[in-house]
Amino acid sequence: MKKLLSVLPLLAVVIGIHLLTSATDTMYYLTQMTMSAYYSLLIIGLCVLMGYAGQISLGHAGFFAIGGYLSAALTTHSLIAYKDTALVTFLDSMGMLMSGHDLYGEALLVVSPWVACIVAVCTAAGIAVIIGIPVLKLKGHYLAMATLGFGIIIYRVALALEYFGEADGISEVPAFVLLPGLSVSGDFSNRVQNYYIAWGLLLIGMVLLLNLIDSRVGRALRGIHGSDEAADAMGVNTSRFKLQTFVLSAVFAAIAGVFLTHYNGGIGPSEAGVMKSVRYVAIVAVGGMAHLWGALLMGIVLNFLSLRGVFGSYDDAVFGLILIVIMLFAPNGILSLNIRYRLKQLLGRGKSDKEGEA
Amino acid sequence: MAILEINQLSKRFGGLLAVNDVSFQVEPGQIKAVIGPNGAGKTTLFNMISGTFPATSGSVTFQGQALKKKKPFQVATLGMARTFQNIKMFSGMTALENVMVGRHVQSNAGFLSSMFRMPWTWKEERDIRDKSLELLALLEIEEYAHTDASSLAFGQQRAVELARALALEPSLLLLDEPAAGLNIYETAEVGRLITKIRELGVTVLLVEHDMSLVMDISDEIVVLCFGEKIAEDIPKNIQQDPEVIKIYLGEE
Repeated sequence: MKKLLSVLPLLAVVIGIHLLTSATDTMYYLTQMTMSAYYSLLIIGLCVLMGYAGQISLGHAGFFAIGGYLSAALTTHSLIAYKDTALVTFLDSMGMLMSGHDLYGEALLVVSPWVACIVAVCTAAGIAVIIGIPVLKLKGHYLAMATLGFGIIIYRVALALEYFGEADGISEVPAFVLLPGLSVSGDFSNRVQNYYIAWGLLLIGMVLLLNLIDSRVGRALRGIHGSDEAADAMGVNTSRFKLQTFVLSAVFAAIAGVFLTHYNGGIGPSEAGVMKSVRYVAIVAVGGMAHLWGALLMGIVLNFLSLRGVFGSYDDAVFGLILIVIMLFAPNGILSLNIRYRLKQLLGRGKSDKEGEA
Repeated sequence: MAILEINQLSKRFGGLLAVNDVSFQVEPGQIKAVIGPNGAGKTTLFNMISGTFPATSGSVTFQGQALKKKKPFQVATLGMARTFQNIKMFSGMTALENVMVGRHVQSNAGFLSSMFRMPWTWKEERDIRDKSLELLALLEIEEYAHTDASSLAFGQQRAVELARALALEPSLLLLDEPAAGLNIYETAEVGRLITKIRELGVTVLLVEHDMSLVMDISDEIVVLCFGEKIAEDIPKNIQQDPEVIKIYLGEE
């Protein structure tokens, strides 16, 4: 309940931004705010893995891409040629397929987005288990390198497979109808609706993770981060908890991938790129590692600026620079600089100077 | 029946025989100490009992159950808690939160039920907190409940560590050099806390360097030297054992 209350101000901010943009006729900002919200969903999941369970992953763009690519491929590749096979007939009779027409008016028979979403997210979770079991035995640099390797594999697979559109990626991904009248799509008339869908999803994710951190599981995770050996001695099955957190964060990344792909109407290989993974890690670091609110704030701000093109051609370079500066000057994140305290100190000093004069 | 039986336990690290054919038993309700000079194999023995690494040969039986191939978290689940020589606090967590982690084996909430705050976890969460506060009070450090544990003084951290171990509601508590790094006052204080813990019905096995502490609180003492057991007796007799005097004070 307390957690629900703590996100209420955020909800107010979300509504405030909507009203502000609508009053100033700058509704186009909502598009980037929507995309930022989806990226931030991945980032808060990664924050729990890195900041609380203490396990780094340089492969989370891979999980995002697994979610995005699978749901894109399943909802665009027509099964009409296999219409008479037993499997397709069966899926159709179960209501798992959806028919439509492509740009040229040709009949299509594709997997419905709900089913594609579930398949994509479950696949990402399954791959996270398979990768996580061996890889999470590693620590520090070694874990970073192994997850980086995983990210590179996913990137190359996306580039190599015709099914995933090779270098072009997949486009013309249909809208994801969540409920009648509520659909994830880039259609301009749906802009406000999609803004609230994205932020609603992000807020739900935030409440769930805040709950998790302040629970038996969350304390065990922080314990593992503090001292692996001592957590083990307290009866915490450390390898299992690390794996479960890894899978949880992969699921968050995959859901973000599915939704953003439907919103954008497509996905390209750059979403699977290693630079994306590095960016996510950088954002979690700027937010303060073990700081969900920091990760959320930085996820929104930095993604928004990047999507608005503020960093120009130096986009990736800016994230590299951020990583260096943060590691040097604020290894506990930008919020740890404690601006209020510094201000107080400054003001306090001013006061004592005056007293000295008196 | 003994709560813990160590039977012909040995550990070899390459060419070094760190523990050689050691056997002894711990009776329920006892405070038993293992002493010996540096490098006698005390901590190695402890690590084999708690499952940190396997023995080369021999067996450990806890409450009638063989601990062969059990990992530390499984041993903890069976009711054996431990502390560490160089205190391992969960940094970035308060003293209370540290103790609350100790309630892990006594509670059940998993990932999904924690994320969705299932109603049945509410009571569990409250019990975890109440019980942990109780233990902090028992060890006389309740005033530091909300202080970052790693910023506490060493003696207080030791008390938090004891509370955390007791939160498991263990039947056997292993203490790895509880007086390490403490001054004589803090050592006496820890000794008092250990006897208080025994009064709760918890059996205590400790490894210790500090002779004054061991002599004061132990019911029985095992002396190790170069990995071998050279004596096992009550404190008074150990103090007069010529062989023990020889290894501790040197030969004339």
